[in-house]
Amino acid sequence: MNTEALVVARNLRKEFPAPKGMKSEPIVAVDDVSFELFPNECLAIVGESGSGKTTVARMLVGLETVTGGELSVRGEARSKGAGSLADRRRWAREVQYVFQDPYSSLNPRQSIGDTIQASLALHARGNPGKRELKLKAQDILDSVGLAAPFFGKRPHQLSGGQRQRVAIARALAADPAVIVLDEAVAALDVSIQAQILNLLSDIRSQREVSYLFISHDLAVVNQVSERMIVMEQGQVVDAGRTAELLANPTHPYTRSLRAAVPRQGWKPVRRERLAS
Amino acid sequence: MTISMEKTVKGTAVAVRQPGFLHRGYERLGLLGTAAAAVLLLVALSAALAPMLAPYDPDFPDLLAALSGPTADHPLGTDALGRDILSRLMWGARITLAGPGLVILLSTVVGTVLALVASWCGGRVDTAISWVLDILFAVPGIVFALISVAIWGPSLLTVVAGLAVAYVPYVARVVRGAGLRERNLPYVSAAWLQGHSGAGITLTQILPNVQGIVIAQAISSLGFAVIDLAAVSFLGLGVQPPTADLGLMVKSGFDSVLRGHPAEAIAAGALIILIVWCVTVIGDRLTTTARSMR
Amino acid sequence: MSEALLALDDVRAVLHSRHQSQALLNGVSFSIAKGEALGLVGESGSGKSLTTRAITRMLDPAFEVSGSITFDGAPVLSMGPSELRSYRSRDIGMIFQDPRAHVNPVHTVGDFLTEELVRNRGLSRGEVEHRAVALLDEVGVRYPERRLTQYPHELSGGMLQRVMIASVLLAEPRLILADEPTTALDVTAQSDVMAILDEQRRARGLSLLFITHDLELAAACCDRLAVMYAGEIVEQGAHVYESPGHPYTIELLGARPSIDERLDRLPVLRYNREIHEQLKAEA
Repeated sequence: MNTEALVVARNLRKEFPAPKGMKSEPIVAVDDVSFELFPNECLAIVGESGSGKTTVARMLVGLETVTGGELSVRGEARSKGAGSLADRRRWAREVQYVFQDPYSSLNPRQSIGDTIQASLALHARGNPGKRELKLKAQDILDSVGLAAPFFGKRPHQLSGGQRQRVAIARALAADPAVIVLDEAVAALDVSIQAQILNLLSDIRSQREVSYLFISHDLAVVNQVSERMIVMEQGQVVDAGRTAELLANPTHPYTRSLRAAVPRQGWKPVRRERLAS
Repeated sequence: MTISMEKTVKGTAVAVRQPGFLHRGYERLGLLGTAAAAVLLLVALSAALAPMLAPYDPDFPDLLAALSGPTADHPLGTDALGRDILSRLMWGARITLAGPGLVILLSTVVGTVLALVASWCGGRVDTAISWVLDILFAVPGIVFALISVAIWGPSLLTVVAGLAVAYVPYVARVVRGAGLRERNLPYVSAAWLQGHSGAGITLTQILPNVQGIVIAQAISSLGFAVIDLAAVSFLGLGVQPPTADLGLMVKSGFDSVLRGHPAEAIAAGALIILIVWCVTVIGDRLTTTARSMR
Repeated sequence: MSEALLALDDVRAVLHSRHQSQALLNGVSFSIAKGEALGLVGESGSGKSLTTRAITRMLDPAFEVSGSITFDGAPVLSMGPSELRSYRSRDIGMIFQDPRAHVNPVHTVGDFLTEELVRNRGLSRGEVEHRAVALLDEVGVRYPERRLTQYPHELSGGMLQRVMIASVLLAEPRLILADEPTTALDVTAQSDVMAILDEQRRARGLSLLFITHDLELAAACCDRLAVMYAGEIVEQGAHVYESPGHPYTIELLGARPSIDERLDRLPVLRYNREIHEQLKAEA
């Protein structure tokens, strides 16, 4: 690929201080993680709980500080955190985030139209008037499948799938180059999940946007991503093209993950005894 | 209505027609709370319309009719200077409602601002503000009122100022807790990631979500403020005679009690208790509702 | 063919509110034989959790329940208080989605495992602990004696769920009700826990009612499946997964992405209430 990577992570490290009163070593949540995200692609980070995948995603947008290593978006280093409000706003236009829980990621007291409009107001170029912003907000909501009647509704009036659409619309309002989806479909029913996955695919065909897709669900990852990295206990243990990795996994951890996915002819299998 | 349904049937959304404002008020307050609200409204209206409704001028002495028990002319009797007790009650209620109201208004505004700043900024700012609040907590409200009076002399406003300072930490503690809770929710992170400023997020995202608790706390504190203010007036440090004030009436009523005419003290005392009861019931109901809606 | 241990016949649960009445369970009928595992599959709002609560008579009193639920011939809906208590503690064992919400955080694991048996069945603590340790070992918990003195917060989710399974098995119920027991677990832990549950239940001849949204998982662990939609069972049988007959089941299976192939677009469910009512009218 000739195009430059949008996101470059090199030897990323994240330590959390040990809880007081216990042994003094810090907890290493992310240990020497490197990857690149290119334009117009979807990279999945796969792992189980404790793998550090969510921490990596949060470091990318600044919700967690970077303890070590380098992180840059479009060549601009982000390891030190945003210096000013202006920086933070600029970064917001480059990378956006969709959270896992549709029930707490929207302001319960704001109508979804107002939420989108507020975001648009922050990022709109030129000086659009209120009416223009409202029209644009309606457009964006429409593009995620929420037509005009939804504009004035509050989150508690919407289903989980609809709320997640709003969260995606909010991310799109900033017109970012990268959207981080942190287990964005994990809390949804199968039928709704399918709709949202299709929506994500439609968005990619209509816009220039890349996804960093965090998930524990291999089937979903297979449907949505071209490349993936597998994390275990803070480290990257496997990486490659999604289809290949899932068809012929060589790394034992990837194989154990794949073997645990229920499907046609599958039977649950015991591992050895659990120590913790 | 919708909210109680969702709690009953976990995970199943049951669509219910949205009831109107009064209906919702009744839902939140319950039977007792609504009764209390009605009584309070009645008292407040009588107080507000006292200039028109009161049968006599509250300051008009009629020594010939002094210390008369309940009669046709004076339903609650007269005090030692012959002033009509009922009229003085109505006029006194104005101060008893307005004074504490002002205390609560000031302390709520200041307390909420401090709490939101503390919960948003965290770190040293939070520690410093919490430290100040702890000190304020340690001092009883009356002491602040006394200090204020010692500096500026006795009057309603000095007492209000002193008490307002005393009440700040009560509001601030509750709002700070709620603010911290909201701050950790993803929608706040999402707003931050959009590029909204800290102040903007605090005002537009967090404040609307804690306002229920703020209001419930304010109304609960109102009851205490009424008692504190009446107590200070009773001590003679607040409103000065001849102004009609319920606390003062209890004090001057004391002397009448010794002479065998308890009407003034009892009437004033009873009205104070009634107001405090109403306000406390309403505050309690709102607090319970605010908590259950989380 | 063993006779039914648990039988539901036309069970309805109607929620009455000031403004309307809604039937959240609309004629649910199925049975579980002794030693059989039935998977109850549905999306959220389908009524699968309500069904388990109806079976244990733990539905909110606001519900009006009708129909018949029998356990080993005894009618559950008309049981008296002591019969009901015995039914809930001895005949049925429940495993919940979130074990942490169902254990007292200030009691040790040992307390949790032994309390009910010591109190209600007159066994000595030592004896119950002995059994508990044996069971913890069987469900794959290392150093089981040590666990007895630990507190719930010291155990991981997967470990705690195994402790729950051990506690259920200790009580020796005849029917295990497992309500999304592995939804909160990692996929490897899920495979583990289900394997253990399956193995233990077969070894003891216990029946299992397994509630889940995951059709594949249910098909792998249960003898029969029942698919729920809008408070009703739309299809049930032993071959629902291999050869689904009802349009809802077919669409549900199709909507799930697969690890073997990637589609351009996932097929979206068109099944909805209207179609559902139409189908019922035509039947």
